[in-house]
Amino acid sequence: MSRDSRSDFWPFLLVGLLIAGWWVSVVVSKTPYFPTPWAVVLGIVELARNGTLVQHVSASLMRVTYGYLAAVAIAIPLGVLMGWFGRVYRAVNPLIQLLRPISPIAWIPLAILWFGVGNLSPMFLIFLSSFFPMVTGTAAGVHTIEKQYIRAAENFGIRGVRLLRQVVLPAALPQVIVGMRLGLGIAWLVVVAAEMVAINSGLGYLIIDSRNAGNRYDLVVAGMVLIGVIGFLLDIAMRSLEGLDEVRWRYVR
Amino acid sequence: MSGSIVATGIHKSFSSRQGALSVIEGIDLSVADGEFVALVGPSGCGKSTLLDILAGFVRPDRGEVQIDGEPVGSANPRHILIPQQPSVFPWLTARRNITFVLDGVPDGEQRRLAFHYLDLVGLEGFDQSYPHQLSGGMVKRLELARALAVKPDVLYMDEPFGALDALTRRKMRDELRRILLVERHTALLVTHDVEEALHLADRIVVMSPRPTKIQCIVDVPFPHPRRLVSVEMIRLAALILSELGVETES
Repeated sequence: MSRDSRSDFWPFLLVGLLIAGWWVSVVVSKTPYFPTPWAVVLGIVELARNGTLVQHVSASLMRVTYGYLAAVAIAIPLGVLMGWFGRVYRAVNPLIQLLRPISPIAWIPLAILWFGVGNLSPMFLIFLSSFFPMVTGTAAGVHTIEKQYIRAAENFGIRGVRLLRQVVLPAALPQVIVGMRLGLGIAWLVVVAAEMVAINSGLGYLIIDSRNAGNRYDLVVAGMVLIGVIGFLLDIAMRSLEGLDEVRWRYVR
Repeated sequence: MSGSIVATGIHKSFSSRQGALSVIEGIDLSVADGEFVALVGPSGCGKSTLLDILAGFVRPDRGEVQIDGEPVGSANPRHILIPQQPSVFPWLTARRNITFVLDGVPDGEQRRLAFHYLDLVGLEGFDQSYPHQLSGGMVKRLELARALAVKPDVLYMDEPFGALDALTRRKMRDELRRILLVERHTALLVTHDVEEALHLADRIVVMSPRPTKIQCIVDVPFPHPRRLVSVEMIRLAALILSELGVETES
């Protein structure tokens, strides 16, 4: 048996132990509220049968997709400019560092004021939450590019936009992707908080609504499990970007 | 395809906390068209700074560098510098590394040149490989192929084989000689390895410690391929080492 397949066994064992411990403690304590793992599975099946599962999941994913892509579209070019031009960095960075520590949750009242209780508010909050780690990650990545690549490009007469797009960006890409992964993780974290406040769909809404409408804790935990699993899958998808030939060099050495 | 270098009155100092730190104090150097010159000197003496100035990466405080009578303004593809650390682009395949620097050349010609130079340096069949999939010696070959592909007048090399193991270093020296026989570039090599200089160069310029000047210039009038263990070679090596302040048994 190879070393890899043996180490694959441990994550399953740990998850299994967690579920077993949860199950035993629910049965032993005879709690009337907290659901067993089986009740949660039945809850997910119920959501799937009545069609709300797809509706909630796709609503949350849609909000994350738009908010996150808008953040990518602005954060990465801005990060490249900040990392490359010292003047841009000195001008923009203080503003970014000032806004960055403000939790996206703190923006909820303003988001509702500006964008109402539709889809735009959570998208805005997701945009905010993923924008900052990506812009700082990209700027740092560009700033710490090995100088010999830039010198070589200069030597071969590559300059201007071509230098930025075809040398600086690919040289920083491994770190840009790390920032994108971080950004997506935070975006997913925030979608739930954003949906708890205002809207009538999404996994965050599912959790709050199940609690308010009759203490359906099986559905509350079902929502939590779905959030965890989808977040996990999103991270795996982002990690697969690190396997692209264009960025592998950074991780193999 | 090759050019003559004339450097006159090169001075350079860097500012440090203790004030101006003079690195190069008056260097005059001429390298003939097609000549191979090695610069040897104690580490930290300013050889690399001199090479940066010659290649147009750093401006001298005083003095001028001319290639074929034209002053060198900035780094450009007419003179390519091969640094010690790999500078081929790790996100491009071997072939794309070469075609990428051939901007303005038609696509078909780019491909042809890429394959031609990969073959010349002994990398045939590795055109689709990424640099991280190649060995250290092969990355150096790719570096050389990319530099040759733009047909520079001058090839500058800053301890190009310094990061390789001893055996690969020896092989690369033979390879470089073989390639320069085909391509005939003016070449300037910075090294602290006297044997390497004797193996490759037509002339060896010995530099003094910082602030550096030219201490002496030694001709190496032997044809290639060279035997490194001949009496004359050992005598030359002893001469250069004693100039560098290293005494050898006579």
